[in-house]
Amino acid sequence: MPETSNPSAANRETARVGVYVCHCGTNIAGTVDVKALADYGASLPGVAVSREYKYMCSDPGQALIQQDIRDHKLNRIVVASCSPLLHEPTFRRVLNRAGINPFFLQMVNIREHVSWVHLDKAAATQKTKDLVRAAVRRVSLHKPLQKRQVPINPTVLVVGGGIAGIHAALTLADAGKQVYLVEREPTIGGHMAMFDKTFPTLDCAACILTPKMTSVGSHPHIKLWTYSEVVQVEGYVGNYKVKVKHKPRYVIDDLCIGCQECIAACVYKEGKTADEFNLGLSKRKPVYLPFPQAVPQKVVIDRETCIEFKSGKCKKTCIEACGDRHAIDFKQKESFEEIEVGTIVLATGFKTFDPKRNPYYGYGRYPNVYTSLEMERLINASGPTNGEIVMRDGKKPQSVGIIHCVGSRDANTNRWCSKVCCMYSLKLAHLVRERTGAEVFNFYIDMRTPGKGYEEFYDRLLDEGVHFVRGRVAEVSDFAAHSSEKGKLVIRAEDTLAGFVRRIPVDMVILSVGLEPQADAQDVRRLFNISCASEGWFLERHPQLAPVSTFTEGVYIAGACQGPKDIPDSVAQAGAAAAEALALIDAQFVEPEPYTAFVLEGDCSGCKSCIPLCPYQAISFLEEKKKASINEVLCKGCGTCVAGCPSGSIAQNFFEDEEIFEEIEGVLAYA
Amino acid sequence: MPDHQPDVSAKARFEPRIVAFFCNWCTYLAADLAGTSRMKYAPNARVIRVMCSGRVDPQFVLDAFARGADGVLIGGCHPGDCHYQEGNYKALRRFRLLRRLVRDLGIEEERIRLEWISAAEGDRVRAVIDDMVEKVRALGPLDLKTTAQEISAAEVAA
Repeated sequence: MPETSNPSAANRETARVGVYVCHCGTNIAGTVDVKALADYGASLPGVAVSREYKYMCSDPGQALIQQDIRDHKLNRIVVASCSPLLHEPTFRRVLNRAGINPFFLQMVNIREHVSWVHLDKAAATQKTKDLVRAAVRRVSLHKPLQKRQVPINPTVLVVGGGIAGIHAALTLADAGKQVYLVEREPTIGGHMAMFDKTFPTLDCAACILTPKMTSVGSHPHIKLWTYSEVVQVEGYVGNYKVKVKHKPRYVIDDLCIGCQECIAACVYKEGKTADEFNLGLSKRKPVYLPFPQAVPQKVVIDRETCIEFKSGKCKKTCIEACGDRHAIDFKQKESFEEIEVGTIVLATGFKTFDPKRNPYYGYGRYPNVYTSLEMERLINASGPTNGEIVMRDGKKPQSVGIIHCVGSRDANTNRWCSKVCCMYSLKLAHLVRERTGAEVFNFYIDMRTPGKGYEEFYDRLLDEGVHFVRGRVAEVSDFAAHSSEKGKLVIRAEDTLAGFVRRIPVDMVILSVGLEPQADAQDVRRLFNISCASEGWFLERHPQLAPVSTFTEGVYIAGACQGPKDIPDSVAQAGAAAAEALALIDAQFVEPEPYTAFVLEGDCSGCKSCIPLCPYQAISFLEEKKKASINEVLCKGCGTCVAGCPSGSIAQNFFEDEEIFEEIEGVLAYA
Repeated sequence: MPDHQPDVSAKARFEPRIVAFFCNWCTYLAADLAGTSRMKYAPNARVIRVMCSGRVDPQFVLDAFARGADGVLIGGCHPGDCHYQEGNYKALRRFRLLRRLVRDLGIEEERIRLEWISAAEGDRVRAVIDDMVEKVRALGPLDLKTTAQEISAAEVAA
């Protein structure tokens, strides 16, 4: 046990602590005896005043503390309320306003860690007493700390070129900031580029998206890197170093003018490879443009299917067609580029549920069972059938069944509601009915249409004569129990409103697949040092109050990478993320928590055992003094070197050994 | 006897004192999530927040035992997920040694525990604390004085 040094003993004697117990309405007061806790606080040595109040974080609550600091000459404050991650900054500002160092505060988490998780009032109250006692003892040892200012690099990295990434990039670039937009596919546009219409207004998706895509491509402040991926991120808020990999498209970006003559000239007269953009509903050649409105308008050569790569014996008619432009380069290698940015917006989107995981719906077995995304391509005027809704045999369907909640709200696959499926199913129902006149059956669990104009759209569909059957579909099969079912797909579902099981024969089935986190969401979050919620969506700092921030300063999330979202919500979030980044940039500097470590030179024996412990190379060895030295700018304040120092000669601001010992002894010093 | 056990019936049941060191970025957040999710678990743990599990000095653990803790729990981010890249590995390294030291002091291994709990795993905070409280309750209070006497007696006998 370290002996208490003199300055802290002095601190303890001169400490005048104020204890403030928050009721948080009934959130805390319902489980914790706040009166008893405040009385207990008053009884502790060093406490000059102890109060309880309904909402400590409210204006009157803050004013109360401020007034007490003046009236009672308080120099240390303990606030027992919610998690410090929520309101520590709030109360630190109170201390600052009252003229005392903001780090003379200690928060006690009696809501998330006590009142919300315990039922036994006596035990909960006792726990809060232990925690408050520890905080009072600890806070007396707190030292005044100053935050330092770190300048912010005004350049922003946006990852993902779907509608969220596009909108964030444009917002930032229009504000005059330099933006790097990195997209791993050969074009930006994301899922939205695949849609024909958007709900509930039935706006043409391409008409509202492609102008934005073009703006991105031509914006003087946006550096667009498609077919590229972020592979490494280092640094900290305001000063990130990012390494980006450019995958070889075998076409020199600056030289390709997008004339597509090479595509026409390819030795393949017809496409032979499943077209990714059309989800395999059409074929493409080895040299291709993902879709006509792709941005950038640069072709890609697919190494896997190009004859030149496979055998080296191609006539290379593409190079001939390209002629003087010399844009095709079969020797292109992947390349890496390092950039420096201050803030990062992640808009990496989602993937759709693979309905093969629910084999009873027959996807992949019956050719006329489609996913909703495939249907979007079929309906799309620039899709594989030019917008004709036809089945695999080229016939128009007479009847179509749309099955909702495939891979959503299902204990066997994904429990969450994917939020967009009800509305896009209604949209598809409308479009199918409008274009084919087919009978359309929607099989739903609940219709979820919250949103501006959404319920009205549902009402409209009801009037249009689309059928709605309430019940989860058990099976899609081609087994005909009756002659009317011959050659059809039979949807079997319990109609929970009518109270019996129905068999509905249809020509075509659309599976409204849910939204899932990207397959590599875990890798991406590790790369950017953020967290995922248990389902795999990126975790926001606070679900209500900081929905686009993460626990890593300067890294923001927007769009469906954070959770299922429709286009209006994704755009709103992208704007919010851009605004958060702008707020940081325009402040020109950040003030990181001053929890850095420092060497007590007198005690340091120069053993160097701390040096390899630091992941940031913040510790160096001063040869002439034979002492370790910590660079405050590089130190991120984890405290690993502090715990590892054999002679106890490294300390961490706000987490000094004696402060933690005091807290340990405080929680245990009961009775 | 701790002062929160006034009634006779409770006296029969031993309520262990657990000191928990939770890292700021994963396990502390998980405990917050358990709260916002209104999960219910045993009220025996007292959480001390550190920025990283790598900050947990073995002396903190020994001090906690010396001052009357019946168990010590350390919570950090999963391997590969440390906010500071590898502080949790440092914690693990120290923990392995510390557990041997603690065992040599005559303290049962179940009284000290290192758990990886991510910010998304509120339910794991509940499960780990409940489980640890039950295990330590079964062991009974940690009596270092008796333990020390037993060890020295055994040494004399040997």
